[in-house]
Amino acid sequence: MEETIKFQLNGKKTEATIDPTQTLLWVLRNHFGLTGTKFGCGMGLCGACTVLIDNEPVRSCQLSVGDVAGKNVVTIEGLATNGKLHPVQKAFAEHDAVQCGFCTPGMIMNATGLLLKNPLPTTQEIKDGMENNLCRCAAHLRIVEAVQTASKEMKGGK
Amino acid sequence: MKKETTNNQAELRTDKNHGMERRDFFKILGGGIFIFFRPWNALDLTGQQAGQSKSLPKDYNAFLRIAEDGTVTCFTGKIEMGQGIITSLPQMMADELNVPLEKVKMVMGDTDLCPYDQGTWGSLSTRVFGPYMRAAAAEARGVLLGIASAQLGVPVSQLDVKDGMITDTKNPKNSVSYAQLTKGKKIEKFLDVKPPVEDYTKFNYVGKSYNHSDAIPKVTGEAKYTGDMKLPGMVFARILRPPSHGAKLKSVDYSAAEKIAGTKVVRDGDLIAVINENHDRADEAIVKIKAEYSFDEMPVNDKTIFEWMLKADSSVNIVRSNGDIEAGRQVSDKVFDSEFHDPYLAHTAIETHTALARLEGDKMTVWASTQSPFGLRDGIVRELGFPVEKVRVIAPFVGGGFGGKGESQQGIEAAKLAKLTGKPVMLVWTRNEEFFLDTFHPAGVVKIKSGIDKSGLIKFWDYNLYYSGTRGSDTLYDVPNSKTTHYGQKSGGAPIHPFGTGAWRAPNNNTNTFAREVQIDIMARAAGIDPLEFRLKNLKDEKLIACLKAVADKFGYKPGKSTGGRGIGIALGTDAGSWVAHMAEVKVDKNTGKVQVIRIACAQDMGLCVNPEGAIIQMEGCIMMGLGYSLTEEVLFEGGNIQNRGFDSYTIPHFSWLPKIDTVILERKDKPPQGGGEPAIIAIGAVIANAIFDATGARLFRLPMTPARVLEALKKV
Repeated sequence: MEETIKFQLNGKKTEATIDPTQTLLWVLRNHFGLTGTKFGCGMGLCGACTVLIDNEPVRSCQLSVGDVAGKNVVTIEGLATNGKLHPVQKAFAEHDAVQCGFCTPGMIMNATGLLLKNPLPTTQEIKDGMENNLCRCAAHLRIVEAVQTASKEMKGGK
Repeated sequence: MKKETTNNQAELRTDKNHGMERRDFFKILGGGIFIFFRPWNALDLTGQQAGQSKSLPKDYNAFLRIAEDGTVTCFTGKIEMGQGIITSLPQMMADELNVPLEKVKMVMGDTDLCPYDQGTWGSLSTRVFGPYMRAAAAEARGVLLGIASAQLGVPVSQLDVKDGMITDTKNPKNSVSYAQLTKGKKIEKFLDVKPPVEDYTKFNYVGKSYNHSDAIPKVTGEAKYTGDMKLPGMVFARILRPPSHGAKLKSVDYSAAEKIAGTKVVRDGDLIAVINENHDRADEAIVKIKAEYSFDEMPVNDKTIFEWMLKADSSVNIVRSNGDIEAGRQVSDKVFDSEFHDPYLAHTAIETHTALARLEGDKMTVWASTQSPFGLRDGIVRELGFPVEKVRVIAPFVGGGFGGKGESQQGIEAAKLAKLTGKPVMLVWTRNEEFFLDTFHPAGVVKIKSGIDKSGLIKFWDYNLYYSGTRGSDTLYDVPNSKTTHYGQKSGGAPIHPFGTGAWRAPNNNTNTFAREVQIDIMARAAGIDPLEFRLKNLKDEKLIACLKAVADKFGYKPGKSTGGRGIGIALGTDAGSWVAHMAEVKVDKNTGKVQVIRIACAQDMGLCVNPEGAIIQMEGCIMMGLGYSLTEEVLFEGGNIQNRGFDSYTIPHFSWLPKIDTVILERKDKPPQGGGEPAIIAIGAVIANAIFDATGARLFRLPMTPARVLEALKKV
């Protein structure tokens, strides 16, 4: 039943000998100890478990680990480089776009995916792109502002 | 100087810890100075009547510790769930103790380390815990000055303290730091006369804005929530749940579940669970259990609940009364009679209820997403029969609460399963369980009869509240004849709510403020007076008047008497010791009934604001979250069966709803700090309802104001 699944995880070649039908979210959390990716609903409806797969924001609760064989998976832990925060992380902190923080990793991963596709989104495009990531503390205003700031910084420097 | 109150006969102790609640305290913490809080002296600092503080625990003690390196550790039984006290409490501590802010560390929500606390709710951390902490810090500083006085050989009145350094003002070289004083010693003493707390003009940190101090670990994913803990041998659990509240288990067959690899089924009475080291396997196993139930449900649903409440045999309690309602009616020119309905609401924190329990020897340790670590500890003591000193509850970061994580049933369940299995048990409620087992905001009915005279003055106000709570039910306006009556659960009578209810951000105030402020708007329109002018005319409360004027100014309000597609609403209220006034602008699609909120402004008087940035964030969150109960949120049910159990059927605010948000915090540095986590949510339902009326002439009496209900109301225009 177990297979060896090979993929890229946070920039490193990775393999796991595992039942390929296991949910990617729980494999990331329990097998790899990457607990920044959160369980919020298990139905793909809240976005707390969002990771990047080949630069696309994806709900990891809706995928099996077998689905990512050969792919490039980035979690919130893989976003900072050499201890330097990613511009989206930095902007979230600077704008205080964080309250309880539980939706935050998924928000940041979704925003990063959005900016990879559309480096200079309008406010409306940010809202559209973030629409289905849920934040119950309702930090939406600052999240939009953070994505705007990150967009400027990424366009400018990175 | 205030420091003169110091008792110089400091008793140095290295062994005894008189009055300490926890014997392990010193063992865990090592050396340092411990100062006891004196709640009975601190009470008058809260700026509240003694009667209002009866919810405080009697044995409220809290501690701070000054370590050898000058680090100040502040202990609180409060927890951090996004409201920001991990940032604002240290500001208060640093100012009161006169130490650098970066030297203050927080230890929160650990029942073995922290002083008893009832729970993190009611916007009480700053306004009630804060004064205790400040009083303790003031006393700590007094004690240290006393010791320094002896050591430096000068009177206390000649000493000054800054950044944790005590200096002889006549000879600055003659100085000693807190850290030097405390080195290797445990000191415990009280001052006979408690020093006053610092005057706000002396604050360095309080009143200034600071970013959330926990932002960095939260943006990197390093912040640990309960579900992120892992222990050797840990298993995941799933619990068998009945299909509805009130259903009783008749028979159960779990043979198929046991066939899922690595699964064990455990049972303790009605508690039936599967455990598995693998999370997905536990999920697979639980659905294999075949269970039959008998149903004896209450014949009520989300549509009939209001009539059900009105017909119930209720306990009737007159909450407040002045003047004579009938006399007020006699002098009224116009009389109004309205009935408002508010549904059950779910909390839906993005982190579901989670707990990890470990039984080691005879000690139970539970990590839990809880707003009340001590409440959970006491629950485990009660339900599992452990001695209190053998139970430790720790609340790591909590992923949102909003009142929904006060009961902490998951912590008791995890503890029972850890005891049954002998293994560390991780229990993460599913979203379905979260919706089913929630302690919902209670549905309620408000009936108001009121009247105005020819000049537009309110002459009577007869307010009747059914099965919701009275918070926020104050009349607020200057009415000569008023009465507030509460109809509630009769002691020993049949339950009215078909499932558990509890606190939901600004509990019940949303219901009451909705009803009152819509009724005010109805009267203003009938009087032909601009709703802002009508409110100002009928208010005497200077704080509310100031908030109204501030919000009108921020919003750029222009008076208007008639409806004509403006779409502007006004509402106000008080909560958690603070005062708020809101204005909103909406657009209503008359074809679909859909309401889009264009902008909302809010002015808030919260007394001294400790961290303005943090307070504004709470206001923004309140406003945005409030759109949910105003426009979409409603628990649908038939008897005890909760029908909407996912984010696809229970809709909370999304990014596309985001209005322009403007906030004003009134300058009240000389007043005691009040609550900030809840007040700005209370008037959202009313301000939107009033704006909808202003836009369309349609009057909404029922929350949430869904497109269907707006269309229905439009038909009556």
